[in-house]
Amino acid sequence: MTKYYTEEHEWISVAGKVATLGITDYAQAQLGDVVFVEVPTVGRKVKKGEETAVVESVKAASEVYSPITGTVVETNDPLADSPITVNEDPEGAGWFCRIEMSDPAELEVLMDEAAYKTFVEGL
Amino acid sequence: MTTPVHADHDTHSAAAPLSTPLHDAHVALGARMVPFAGYLMPVQYEGILAEHAHCRTAAGLFDVSHMGQATLRGADHATVARALETLVPADIVGLEPGRQRYSQFLNEQGGILDDLMVHRLPGADGVLGLVVNAACKVADYAHMAARLPNGVLLDIHEERALLALQGPQAADVLVSLGADVAGWDFMDVGPASLAGIPVVLSRSGYTGEDGFEISVNADTVAGLWQILLRDPRVRPIGLGARDSLRLEGGLCLYGHDIDETTTPVEAGLLWSIQKRRREDGGFPGADVVRSQIAEGVARKRVGIRPDGRAPARDGAEIVDENGVAIGIVTSGGFGPTVGGPVAMGYVAAVQARPGTRVGLVVRGKALPAEIVSLPFVPARFYRAPK
Repeated sequence: MTKYYTEEHEWISVAGKVATLGITDYAQAQLGDVVFVEVPTVGRKVKKGEETAVVESVKAASEVYSPITGTVVETNDPLADSPITVNEDPEGAGWFCRIEMSDPAELEVLMDEAAYKTFVEGL
Repeated sequence: MTTPVHADHDTHSAAAPLSTPLHDAHVALGARMVPFAGYLMPVQYEGILAEHAHCRTAAGLFDVSHMGQATLRGADHATVARALETLVPADIVGLEPGRQRYSQFLNEQGGILDDLMVHRLPGADGVLGLVVNAACKVADYAHMAARLPNGVLLDIHEERALLALQGPQAADVLVSLGADVAGWDFMDVGPASLAGIPVVLSRSGYTGEDGFEISVNADTVAGLWQILLRDPRVRPIGLGARDSLRLEGGLCLYGHDIDETTTPVEAGLLWSIQKRRREDGGFPGADVVRSQIAEGVARKRVGIRPDGRAPARDGAEIVDENGVAIGIVTSGGFGPTVGGPVAMGYVAAVQARPGTRVGLVVRGKALPAEIVSLPFVPARFYRAPK
C-alpha cells in the first residue's frame, strides 16, 4: 500500500490497481466542520484532474479532484449520514471512493508523504 | 480540492486589510483570520458548529468592531430625526429616548443602499446613534454628509469598538458584571457600566437570540473582552457562526439578501416602515415603496428548505416543478440548529407561498426543496412585561 499526495490536498492510497481517494488532515482543518459529502456513482469513469467528489463545510463547497484516471469501483456511502467523519478521520474512515486505475504512470508525478509534508510546511 | 472560501466576498481586497483593536486577542485564541469587508476578522475559533451551538444555549461573544458607528447631532431630537427621515423610511421622529429601530438607507428607486440600526440615547436630546455595515460605511457617511441640512452634523466614531454578547445567558452575564439590564426590553438602549468600564448597550443583535450589542471605547475593549471571556458561560464566536445564526434567524445580510436592486417591501421588511411613513412618504423611493404596498410586488424574499442534505448556496437558481426559473438563492448553507440545509432567496410572488415545491439548481441538478416561513429557528428576543 503506497500513499500519494497532490498540491490540492487529496491523497490516494494504492493497492494493486485500485486507488482509494480522500482529502488530507490539512485540508479538513482548512475546511472546518464538514456537513455534506457527495461521492461519485459506482461505474463512473473519471479523468485525472476531474471533479470526483464534493465536500461542504458550513461556509463553503469544495470540489475534490481525482489525481488519476480510472473507473469508480466503490464509494464510502456511510459519509452521507456522517459527513463529520471527514474531519475526524480524513486519511482513514473519511475516504470518498475507490478507483480502478487505467494509467498507473500518472502516479509518478504525485508527491510522497515526505514531499507533501514539506509542501504543507511551506504554505 | 478547491480552496474553500471562508470569508465573504472581499470588496476591499486591493488595499491591505485593516484590523480591529482585538486582532491580537483573536490570534491568541487560535482564531482563523480572514479578510472581510476590508478587515481581518476571525471566521472561527474552535469550529463553527460548536460556536453556533454555544450561542444558542449559553452566551457567545462577537467582535463586530469593523461595523461603522456614527452619531448625528443637532439642536433637538425633532431636527435630527427629520433630517434622517429624508434618507430612511422608519419613523425616527417617534423614536422614544432609550429605544432603537432598524431601518435602511434607500435610493430613489426604493433600493437598499445599506441597512442600519438607529438609536436615541436617554438624556441626550438631539443625538441619534447609528450602526452601519462595515462594507458600506464609507459610502453611507458620504451619502449622509452630502444630504444633511445645515445644523445637523455627522460624527464618525472610529474611536469606538463594538462587541455583541448573544444567547440565552447573555443578560445574566452582563448583570453579573454590574449592568442593570434584566428588565430591559428588546431594542432598549442606554449607557451602562461593565466591571467599571463605561459602555453603551442595546438589547439587540444578529442571531435571533436574546442578547446585547456593546459599544465601548477602542482603548478599553481589549480589557472588556478578557473580562467577558473569564465568565465560563461566555465563548468567542467567529463570523462563520454569525452567518449561520443569522441565516437560521431569517435575518438579511447586506449585499446578499438585500442590495440596491431590492426594496424593503420585496425583502419582507415592511414591518420596519411605520404607519406614518407609509402614509406620508418623504423618503427616497417612497413612490415605489408605496405603490408596492398598495399593489403588491413581483418577487418576494422567502425561506427555502432543501429536502436532502446538500446545501444550496448564494447564487443557486430556483426553478418551479417544471424546471422554469423563478428566482435565485441569496443566502444558503447548513443550519446547525435546524440540522440540515437552509436557504433564503427571491421568487416570483405567485410562488412564494409556504409549501410551494421548488428545485434548487446545485452542480447542474435541481434538488427538491420547499418554500417555508421565516425564521427557521424561532426568535427568542426578550420582551419585557408591559
